[in-house]
Amino acid sequence: MLIKELTELPGIAGREGQVRSFLKEKLALEKFKLSVDAMGNMYARHEAKNTPLVMLASHMDEVGFMVMGYESSGLLKFAPVGGIDLRVVVGKKVYIGEEKTLGIVGAKPIHLQKKNERNKPFSRQELFIDIGASSEEEAKNKTKIGDQITFATRTEFISDRVMKGKAFDDRAGCTAILEILKSKPPVNVCGAFTVQEEVGLRGAGVAASNVKPDLAIVLEGTTASDVPESPEHRYSTTMGEGPAITLMDRSFLANQNLNKRVIELAEKEGIRYQLRRSNIGGTDAGRIHLVEEGIPTIGLSLPCRYIHSPVSLLNMDDWQGMVDLVTTILKDIAEGGFPLGKNY
Amino acid sequence: MDLKKFIATLSNTPGISGLEREVTKHIVKAWEELADEVEVDTLGNVIAWKKGKDNSKPPIMVAAHQDEIGFLVNEIDKEGFVRLEPIGGIDPRLLPGQEVIIWGKEKVHGIIGAKPPHLQKPEEREKAIPLDKIFVDCGMEKEPLAKKIRVGDPITFNQELQWFNENVCTGKSLDDRAGVAALHQALLDLKDITPGFDVAFVATVQEEVGVRGAIASSFKLNPALGIAVDVGFAQRPGQEKEQSIEANKGPALGIGPHVHPDLFARLQKIAGENDIPTQLEPSPHPGGTDAYAIQMSRCGVATALLSIPLANMHSPLEVIDIRDVRRTGKLIAKFCQEADAELVEGLTCL
Repeated sequence: MLIKELTELPGIAGREGQVRSFLKEKLALEKFKLSVDAMGNMYARHEAKNTPLVMLASHMDEVGFMVMGYESSGLLKFAPVGGIDLRVVVGKKVYIGEEKTLGIVGAKPIHLQKKNERNKPFSRQELFIDIGASSEEEAKNKTKIGDQITFATRTEFISDRVMKGKAFDDRAGCTAILEILKSKPPVNVCGAFTVQEEVGLRGAGVAASNVKPDLAIVLEGTTASDVPESPEHRYSTTMGEGPAITLMDRSFLANQNLNKRVIELAEKEGIRYQLRRSNIGGTDAGRIHLVEEGIPTIGLSLPCRYIHSPVSLLNMDDWQGMVDLVTTILKDIAEGGFPLGKNY
Repeated sequence: MDLKKFIATLSNTPGISGLEREVTKHIVKAWEELADEVEVDTLGNVIAWKKGKDNSKPPIMVAAHQDEIGFLVNEIDKEGFVRLEPIGGIDPRLLPGQEVIIWGKEKVHGIIGAKPPHLQKPEEREKAIPLDKIFVDCGMEKEPLAKKIRVGDPITFNQELQWFNENVCTGKSLDDRAGVAALHQALLDLKDITPGFDVAFVATVQEEVGVRGAIASSFKLNPALGIAVDVGFAQRPGQEKEQSIEANKGPALGIGPHVHPDLFARLQKIAGENDIPTQLEPSPHPGGTDAYAIQMSRCGVATALLSIPLANMHSPLEVIDIRDVRRTGKLIAKFCQEADAELVEGLTCL
């Protein structure tokens, strides 16, 4: 299964190589014209003569860590790459480097902790990775400073429609683009698989400058807060209620004309959707809509529970809904119904 | 069964305190091939007998516990989220982002969640998330979920034992399945050897909730002497050196109120004679292992404690070096082989 293979690959910001190679292989099978830019963004083009050009963007990178150094005992010190709550990394398995060396994030046993220690999260200084090496030398033989570290999570269904795994943010978007491209939509489409989103939306602006589309649609993974202990009015999205249409986030205020048409289309086609209701986070849309004189941009997100943690949940009905919604938008553009957003 | 296979099988099997049955089955099956007789007592302790040259005396009891820490389903809320009741001492800070299995009518996979960090107030982020704010998400609504699981079903960490290299592995419940594996190694070593005395190898139950299996099994056996095999804290940063032992330095011989000095000396001597590396583990406060229960059984039993170095104790990713397990097994086997009446009688000498 494509989403399983893709999410199990390691690929922190700046180390998207394995993800890119995997996607390249799958896209080449379908004979798409492919190119890569200097930052590592990859483009797959589908042509439909005399139609507008739509860029579909998803990022290939995931949150993870980097090897920073060693202790004489052979333990590794590390630092996060992207936004990770360090409280979720203790007691988890990770893979280090291209060879995927097994490591675990250890911590002081509860028996040896004083009572006041137990109430505080582990600090970065207390966390280390154990690769079973008994000396610094042995550890250096298997890993090196700067190696990427990703969670060693397997992707699997845990119920009929819900999958658990890492990096659904945003490999789920990447697989949606692949699916949409394969359906040979009736307009020009450039699938942009971007880099370095998790460290400040760094690839997408370059990608948009290269593509210069008439419209951009960003396909993302976003936080679903529909879990206990969070108040309902703070739910950003709810898992299982369809793809979420972004109203705003820290990087982007959505074009209301575009969103209005997207909602009309979803309702007409009976595609379940929801509105992304919080202003937190940023996506590639934040860069893309400001490129050159401004690019009309739509933000769509898949609700993921426990995003940016070792294991998150994704409902595959939401994913299918996103594919259907984008397919519907592309058809509407070809039929001339869609406002391309240049006339406010 | 080969030691590595045995330890992986045991580690991968669910068996929280009081619900050790699946683990028990594997142990019985493996030990039936090695021991003269295997029985399971009322509480579920596995007792494997190795008959000795001298059957006139009570047996040597060698014990390691087969239970593991975990949880029970405490509640399935109206949205289908599962609340946890801990069995044994678990650090709640390890829990968010952990994968678990709920052993209901069907095996249900879940992941442990908590309130998303961006919804937490700054002061909440400075605090560890307490257990009552943590839940299991099975990706299911209450109705279908309640058909598969119910309140009271056991929950274990979803971890398969993995090897870092040929010697070092990580997995759940190595506390104290590594100890049970050391007993297995001793049985392997004694395969064609008749020990000095009858030896009862006991895989005890319910250690993590108060050494309960050892209480019943040592009463039944009324042993001449007892050796408990458990795990000790392998040295890691942030731990005081004197509270830690070192991996790949052999079993640690406990010294303290719950260890008989003569047994300690005997084990140290046998280790020296057989080139088995050992280290010392001073334990000023008796407790936390089966030795505690065995010592106070009936009219009192001379007891020793062997600890296998283990890192990340009571986490889903405990780490051991198999060489330490092998050495522990070898030391037990040699001890049993050389045990004689003189030793036993000497234990109660003034």
